[in-house]
Amino acid sequence: MPKTRVSRSRLGLAPVTLLCCVGALLYVAAFVLYPYGHVTVFSFWEKDLYSIRPAFILDNYQRISERPLYLRVVMNSLQVAAMVTVVSAVLGYVMAWFLAHHSGRWKNLFFILLIVPLWTSFLLRAYVWKIILGRNGIISAILGNFGVVPEDLGFLLYSDLSIVIALVYIFVPFIAISVYAALEKIPVSLTEASADLGASAAKTFFHVVFPLTVPGLLAGATIVFCLSFGDFITPSLLGGSENIMIANVIISQFGAAFDWPFGSALAVVVLITVLVVVSSTDWMGRKIAGGRDAL
Amino acid sequence: MRSSYSSRAAFRFAAALIFAFLYIPIGVLVAFSFQESKILSWPIEGWSLRWYAALLENNQLLQSIGNSLKVATACVLVTTLVGVPLALALRHLTGGAARLLERTILMPLIVPQLITGLALLLILNRANVQLSLLTIILGQSIVWMPLVVTQVYARLRGLEVELEQASMDLGANRFQTFIFVTLPSIRTSVIGSALLVFTLSFDELPVTFFLTGSENTLPMHIWSMLRIGITPEINAIASITVLVSVLLILLGIRILKSETR
Repeated sequence: MPKTRVSRSRLGLAPVTLLCCVGALLYVAAFVLYPYGHVTVFSFWEKDLYSIRPAFILDNYQRISERPLYLRVVMNSLQVAAMVTVVSAVLGYVMAWFLAHHSGRWKNLFFILLIVPLWTSFLLRAYVWKIILGRNGIISAILGNFGVVPEDLGFLLYSDLSIVIALVYIFVPFIAISVYAALEKIPVSLTEASADLGASAAKTFFHVVFPLTVPGLLAGATIVFCLSFGDFITPSLLGGSENIMIANVIISQFGAAFDWPFGSALAVVVLITVLVVVSSTDWMGRKIAGGRDAL
Repeated sequence: MRSSYSSRAAFRFAAALIFAFLYIPIGVLVAFSFQESKILSWPIEGWSLRWYAALLENNQLLQSIGNSLKVATACVLVTTLVGVPLALALRHLTGGAARLLERTILMPLIVPQLITGLALLLILNRANVQLSLLTIILGQSIVWMPLVVTQVYARLRGLEVELEQASMDLGANRFQTFIFVTLPSIRTSVIGSALLVFTLSFDELPVTFFLTGSENTLPMHIWSMLRIGITPEINAIASITVLVSVLLILLGIRILKSETR
C-alpha cells in the first residue's frame, strides 16, 4: 500500500489488517466475481435435448438478437425501468424537499413515515395493487358508482401501467431518502450567501442546491433503474401476457423451458445493462461533483 | 432559503398527495385482512377476525415463518461477522484499489437479485450441493453484505484515526483498541444495518426463489399462495408483517437515541 498515509501506517500494517484485506479480496473473488463470471461462461454453453454441455457457441445470443420476441421483451423492460425511474425521481425529490424544508417540527415523524414502507415486504407492496386495480378492485368499484363499466378498465391491471404504478410505489421512498440525505448536508449559509448576492430563489435552487443533490439523486435513480429492470415479481403479479419483462423470461428458462444456457445469456444481458448504467451514472456524478470539489 | 406562502402550500399539498399514495395501499392491505368474505371486493361488507384465526391453524405457514426467522437471524450473523472486517479492510486501502474493491463488493446490491440467485444456483448445482435453508442463507448474505459494509465503512471514514492512535500511545494493544475505541464508535451503524438486514432478509424473494430446497420461507409461501388465488389470509399476514416492521423501526430509533444520549 504505497499511498497509505503516515498517520495511518501504525494501524495500517497490522497483521490483522493485512488479513482483513486478503480476506476481502478472497471474498470478492469467490462470492461476487466467480458467480457472475460463471453465468457469463455458462451463457456460451450448449443445450441438448436433455443435457447441458460445455461449449463455446454464440447461439444463445443469436437467438436473443434475432427473435423479435426477445428484443421486444428487452425494450419493454428498459422502457418500464426508465418510466419508473423518472416518475420516482420527481416524486421522491418533491418528498425530500418537503421533508427538508417544509415539514417543521414534525420532521422526525414524516421521516419515519417515509421509512416504514421501505421496511415492508416488496412482494406484498406489489400484491396490494392487485386488490386496488383489479376487476373487483377499489378503483373499478369507485368508478362503477359513476357508471363506468369494469370492462372499460381492463387497462388498469395486467398492463405496463399497473407495473409502473406498483414499482413507483415501491421505489419513491428510496429516492426520497437518498435526496433528503443530500439536502440535509447543504449548509444554510450557502443558500443565504446565494440570496445575499442577489440570486432569486429559483436561481439559487438550480445553480447551488440542485447540483449538490445530484450525486444522491443519481445514486438512488441508478439503483431504482437496475432493480426495476430486473424485477420479476411485479410483472408476474400485475402484468398480462403482453407485458412480460426480461426477468420473467429468465425465470421460465430456469423453470419449464429448462434451457439454462439461454437463461444465462439473458442474465448476461441484464448484467451488462446494469454495468453500463452504473458506470455511466458514476461518470456523470463524478463530472458534476468534480467542478465542485471546494465543498 | 426563504419561501413564499404559495410555494410552501404547494409543497405541503404535493407531500400530502404522495403520502396518501404511500399509505392508502397499506391501509387497503390491512383493511381487507378484516373482511369476512373470501373474495376480495370493495366495499367491504362483513368484518371478522377469521383470517387471523386461520393463520394460527396453518401449519405450513407457521413453519415457513420459523424458517424465515432462522434465515434472517443467520444472515444478520454472517453479514455482521464478515461485513465489519470487509469495511475495516476498505478503510485501510486507498485510491483506486479501494474504490474498485468497494464497487465490486456493492455489485450484488445493484444487480437484480434474481441474477445473483441463478448465478449461485448454477454453481451449487455443478458442485452437487443440495438446496436447503443453508443455500438460502448463503445467497441472501451475499446480497445484503453490501448494506453492512457501506454503513460501517461510512461510519469508519468519519472516525478520527487520532482517537485510535491515542489509545495505542496510552498502551492499549491493537485488539484492545479495536474493542474499546473502534467498535463503540461503529456500534450504531452495526446495529442499524443488522436490523435492516433482518427485515430485508425476512421479506426476500428473488434470491430465495432460486435457492429454495424442500423448506419454504415466508415470502416463498406467500408466493405460492398468490399463485393459487388471493384471499384475505394473505392480507392478514401482510398486516402482521407491517406491524412487525414498524416495531423494528421504533426499536432501532430507540437504540439510536439511547446511544447518542
